Amino acid sequence: MEVVPLLAIEQLSKSFGSNEVLKSVDLSVSAGEVVTIIGPSGSGKTTLLRCVNFLEFYDGGSIRIDGSEVGFRDGSQRRRRTERDLARMRAETGMVFQSFNLFPHLTAEQNVTLGLQQVRGKSRKDARDTARHWLARVGLEHKAGSLPSELSGGQQQRVGIARAVAMEPKVLLLDEITSALDPELVGEVLDVVTQLAADGMTMLMVTHEIAFARDASHRIVFMADGRVSAEGSPDHIMSGADGNDRLEAFLSRFRGSRI
Amino acid sequence: MGYHLNFNLVWRHFDKLLNGLVLSLELALLSILIGAVIGLTLAVWYVSAGRFARGLISGYVEVIRNVPLLLLVYLVFYGLPTVVNIAYDATTSFVLTLSLYSGAYLVEVFRSGLDAVPRGQIDAGRAIGLTPIQRLAYVRLPIMTRISLPALSNTFISLFKDTSIASVIAVPELTFGAQWINNTTFRIVEVYLVVTTIYLIAGYMILLLLRLVERRFRVER
Ligand SMILES: Nc1ncnc2c1ncn2[C@@H]1O[C@H](COP(=O)(O)OP(=O)(O)OP(=O)(O)O)[C@@H](O)[C@H]1O
Ligand SMILES: [Mg+2]
Repeated sequence: MEVVPLLAIEQLSKSFGSNEVLKSVDLSVSAGEVVTIIGPSGSGKTTLLRCVNFLEFYDGGSIRIDGSEVGFRDGSQRRRRTERDLARMRAETGMVFQSFNLFPHLTAEQNVTLGLQQVRGKSRKDARDTARHWLARVGLEHKAGSLPSELSGGQQQRVGIARAVAMEPKVLLLDEITSALDPELVGEVLDVVTQLAADGMTMLMVTHEIAFARDASHRIVFMADGRVSAEGSPDHIMSGADGNDRLEAFLSRFRGSRI
Repeated sequence: MGYHLNFNLVWRHFDKLLNGLVLSLELALLSILIGAVIGLTLAVWYVSAGRFARGLISGYVEVIRNVPLLLLVYLVFYGLPTVVNIAYDATTSFVLTLSLYSGAYLVEVFRSGLDAVPRGQIDAGRAIGLTPIQRLAYVRLPIMTRISLPALSNTFISLFKDTSIASVIAVPELTFGAQWINNTTFRIVEVYLVVTTIYLIAGYMILLLLRLVERRFRVER
């Protein structure tokens, strides 16, 4: 029997106007795998992640999660899903944002329970228990009643992670989740991600923390100019193998500092 | 002959002014509530509507904003009953006018409030799988309301002052109370001094109260 990857991206293409941002991207992620995307600014990393939960419409190719096409109806020629249907599909993926994007009018706990109650249909009590559980997992049980404005950046991002994983997504998408943080707060957030990886959460993430990418990923994908330019094990990619000039140039920026 | 200020006659009828003040506040409050319902409905409709509906809504806003309130009050009180067969008292007529009036301003307030809801927070709502209606109810409207609070406060204070126009159709609010005392006592200067002071103090109290509410609900963006 052939192993179907949990997330299968095939020949994905996407343009903003005349700007072709993704040019036939192929990428698959198996259950329990942690795949990290690295690459220069503007190479399309964010756009790729946003296509995976259809925050961004894609023009060509396909994205399948557990065999189901994300943005278009199964078995039809690119007929878009209805909004309700899309919402259901989006609940299959979790997303953690660079700028946290917590709901500012809701407490940490309510940020987590909103989706549990409205999307997962949990009772208020069940949602609360689940939220408490996940807030504890990210070390914030004592902040359940705090508004985002009362939390540090690192704490907000950990709530963002709790909000996403509490929905029990099949795949977790993380887009430069530490880029907006002061350096001393990066560690507490990355520790949470490391924990999730150890628990077998399937993750597709973008990061500029090269050392973290090397340690935490099963596989690294190097994107350049809207394409997957190199792909392989962390050691393979970090050694700058393949004689890939762009990868070499990209990695040289980090040499001597964090690696 | 020198004019000597004499407030005694004003104090004797002070209850008229207090009752008038209460009615003014009621008129403003009722109008902003109805206006908020109109404004919210139209603003939400506007952002999801086609061009035709948008044209209608913009038309309503433009007409109301470009016709003097005094004229609107006359039109609704004297004009409307001749077109449609309704009988209403001056107070009802004025509340209707001021509601339509504030509704037009609040459409704009809520529309720009909806526009100002950060993209990222809407995306976060989509990412957890909320449907468009759920995003509206649990993300966009609550955040929009908080963003709009300062503008809502300002609108309410303007409306409170605008209630004085109701005196032209004999609604017994504060300014009408003043005119009544004038006609009885001829102490025009004293009456208007007192009434102006009442408007100032009441307006300032409202402002302080609303600022407290704003502070309580302020959101960091
Ligand atoms: N909403 C948009 N409208 C138009 N162009 C966009 C939009 N979003 C992204 N782009 C363009 O798409 C290209 C890829 O952007 P993207 O954000 O995916 O890059 P990235 O690899 O995530 O870069 P960074 O490392 O800076 O985050 C860029 O040229 C960008 O200007
Ligand atoms: Mg990006």
